[in-house]
Amino acid sequence: MSQQPQFSEQEQRELASFLEAENAKARIQQTVHTLTDTCWDKCISKVNNKLDRSEEACLSNCVERFLDTSLFIVKRLEDLRNSAV
Amino acid sequence: MSDYANYNLGGGDLSSKKQEVMEQVRGELALANAQELINKINEKCYLKCVPKPGSRLDSGEQACLSKCMDRYMEAWNVISRSYVARIQRESQNQGMSGGL
Repeated sequence: MSQQPQFSEQEQRELASFLEAENAKARIQQTVHTLTDTCWDKCISKVNNKLDRSEEACLSNCVERFLDTSLFIVKRLEDLRNSAV
Repeated sequence: MSDYANYNLGGGDLSSKKQEVMEQVRGELALANAQELINKINEKCYLKCVPKPGSRLDSGEQACLSKCMDRYMEAWNVISRSYVARIQRESQNQGMSGGL
C-alpha cells in the first residue's frame, strides 16, 4: 500500500466508519466461534438429524450463563479491589 | 477474486476505488470467518465421528461427518442469534453507555 489513493475527507470518514463496523462484526463472529466451541462440547453428545429442543435450549442457556459468568467475575474483582483499598 | 489482487490505487474513479476497498475487506472477513468455521468443524466432528481411525473413512463415519457438519452450523446460528440478542439487550439496559 505505498500508493495512497487521494480520498476526499468525506470518503475517508465513510471508509473509517465502514472499517469500524466491519471490525465490530469480526469481533462478534470470533466470539460466536469461541462460544460455539465451548457450548457444543457441553450440549451436544450425539449428532442427530436435527438439533432437538433441549439441545437448542442448552445452547442458548450456555451463551447466557457464560456471559453472566464473565460479568460476575468482573464485578467480583471490582468488589475485591474496592474492599482492599 | 483475482481482480482484487492487482487493482491499481493510483488514478481512476475514486468512488469506485472506495467500493473496491470495501468489497475487498468484506471478502477477506468472510473468508477468515469461513476458515475458522471449517477448522472448528474439522476438529469437533473428527472427535465425534472418528473415535478409532481405521485404514480409511468408512461410510458410517462419512455419514456421521455430514450430519455433524450440519448440526455444527445449526449450533453456530443458534449461538449467534442468542449472543446478538444478548448484546442488544445489554446495550439497551446501559443506555448505550457500554458502547458494545
